[in-house]
Amino acid sequence: MSGAPIRPNGPQYSRLLVYAALAIGVTTVGILCRRTWPGAALHAILVGAVGDSRSGHLYAISESLVSACPLLLTGLGVVVAWRAGMFSIGAEGQLLMGALAAIATAGLARNMPGPVLTLLMILAGSAAGAGWSALAGWLRVRRGVPEVISTIMLNYVALYLVGLLVEGPLQESGQLAQTAPVPAAAMFARLLPASWTGGVPARLHSGVLLALLAAAACYVYLYITPEGLRLRVLGSNPEAARTAGFAVDRIRVRAMALSGALCGLAGAIELAGVAGRLYPEFSPGWGYSAIPVALIGGLHPIGTALSALFFGGLAAGCGNLERMTGVSAVLINVIQAAAVLAVIGVRAWRNRSAGAETV
Amino acid sequence: MAVGISNLLQSSAATATPLLLAALGENVVQRAGIVNVGMEGMMLVGAFFAVVGARHSATHLTGNPYAGVVLAVVAAMLLAALFALFVLKLTANQVVIGVVLNLLALGLTGTLYRALFGVTGAFLASTTAALPAYPWLLGQDLLPLLALLGVPAVGLFLFRTRAGLELRACGEHPAAAEAAGVNVLGVRALALLFGGAMSGLAGAFLSIGENHTFVDNMSAGRGFIALAIVTSGRWTPWGCLGMAALFGLAQALQFLFQAQGLHVSYQLFVALPYVVTLLVLTSGGRWTPWGCLGMAAMFGTAQALRFVLQAQGLHISSQLFVAVPCVVTLFVLTSGGRWAAAPAALGQPYRRS
Repeated sequence: MSGAPIRPNGPQYSRLLVYAALAIGVTTVGILCRRTWPGAALHAILVGAVGDSRSGHLYAISESLVSACPLLLTGLGVVVAWRAGMFSIGAEGQLLMGALAAIATAGLARNMPGPVLTLLMILAGSAAGAGWSALAGWLRVRRGVPEVISTIMLNYVALYLVGLLVEGPLQESGQLAQTAPVPAAAMFARLLPASWTGGVPARLHSGVLLALLAAAACYVYLYITPEGLRLRVLGSNPEAARTAGFAVDRIRVRAMALSGALCGLAGAIELAGVAGRLYPEFSPGWGYSAIPVALIGGLHPIGTALSALFFGGLAAGCGNLERMTGVSAVLINVIQAAAVLAVIGVRAWRNRSAGAETV
Repeated sequence: MAVGISNLLQSSAATATPLLLAALGENVVQRAGIVNVGMEGMMLVGAFFAVVGARHSATHLTGNPYAGVVLAVVAAMLLAALFALFVLKLTANQVVIGVVLNLLALGLTGTLYRALFGVTGAFLASTTAALPAYPWLLGQDLLPLLALLGVPAVGLFLFRTRAGLELRACGEHPAAAEAAGVNVLGVRALALLFGGAMSGLAGAFLSIGENHTFVDNMSAGRGFIALAIVTSGRWTPWGCLGMAALFGLAQALQFLFQAQGLHVSYQLFVALPYVVTLLVLTSGGRWTPWGCLGMAAMFGTAQALRFVLQAQGLHISSQLFVAVPCVVTLFVLTSGGRWAAAPAALGQPYRRS
């Protein structure tokens, strides 16, 4: 279905500037509706993202990094799949399957020593995400089912599967629809001692480092290994890839599996780093925000890391804005959408004679 | 029992109406060669502006809920026009724009909702004019009727008129259509506007037809179910009707079971549209809406059997009864043909050379 070649550019850091300008513009409009002074609101966002001299910077920066972590991993998942020409929208479902597999592992292997259990949870989460995504890849190459539609369907199946299991076999005793917590020993270590952040324990966990490592690994895979080259060639020119004799189907399924593994990892890390247990509203839509994150990042791992940090900071900032002024944090969705539309609009206008589809 | 059945039909109609309205719109859009993933957002915008229109009229003008319907349609069409601008004029990727418009709609309605009405919706419900229900429509408002009439209308248009033929040509082979003198981009733009208008109607039904208020993200995946309906209904309005009816019935049965105090996980019912669509797509056309109805009957029989056994004092794990139909289905789907009935140029950008 997406037979048209995509022509992704490298990281364009100037996009982040476009993005920042838009963020300020749209926030202003949104806040004017509430008749709050825009300066104060922007200040609230800034304080939420990077802190100020009064409350200290470390805590706010920690919150921003924690918000960036799932966005970064799912964004990387989008990069890997889309670079191979597979327009997967399945990050949300793969993330949930990753979290589901991780919490199930935690329940089964409860008596393992902490670090071993953490490792098992990460592996199980990645494997579940990879499997869920590879299913969509397999449907595409073997059955011709467009991945756009199958991944959306699989997202909802995963969502309801989580709902079913946390009210059923995985439910902790009691009325709440949630699982038992991950054993404390298997949770990721907190990186900042409470004394550094004015006595309030900051949530920054070692899983964030793992996410940054994944970004570097994605860069190496896509740009240094021959396999990554084949993947990118397939995405930008499927006809050339077929003529060159690439195993097109295998590359597609592998790209989907890898993409799913990253999203599943996001679910497992969020579970073992922040949430501690699984419940139906586990994800606030990270898997959908991942697409703007990856696009603003130029479908490049390093660009995506920068874009995820920016979005993470914005998410933490908008959370603070909601607490301070009552302006809803859903405003962030408008900002994300407006940024992508602006970037696409500007680029399409520049290449209006080139004839390529703009991603 | 008669009351039970009439309740069941009423509640099926309430679930199926927005799905059918949106699916009919998307059916035309996809036949013209475009996949509109942004229907979810168009529905949400429609739901929000229906409340704005109906409420505004209630306090300042005549209290006419149809003003809300009109505003919903206009707002959703504006979003569709934005989609058309980016996808047709700027040749942006359809999936990207669809996903982005969904985010835009979610953020925009959420922010405007709080800005216009404050944080709670309790006040909203009492001042919003709801669509009137008529006894001669079996206690329904006009939109279910409109959805039903839309089925033959879209069918006749697509398969019995010259304009419909031209529209389908744009989805099968745009270059050939252009050579035959069809304005492909113009046809696709009109199709998108129609899809937007139908999504707006669906949204209006959600907010001022069914629930009498607006809540954040109230479309709750229905735009995606409509996408599923078009695909599993094999791109025909009759198929859409069959699938929408099936999903409406599934939802209604769930409410019925709940009211009867039977403990069947509701997730099984709400996940049904997505699973069925995957199966229909996977089977490559062997599974028609009627086949799905048969499958639903199989699920139902398995559940009923479980209740009978339970009443006899035999406790068999509920998972087993869910698993059996799934295993049977996988057995049936040993091999299948390719994905055939879709418009050949579906999802591919077209640029005039």
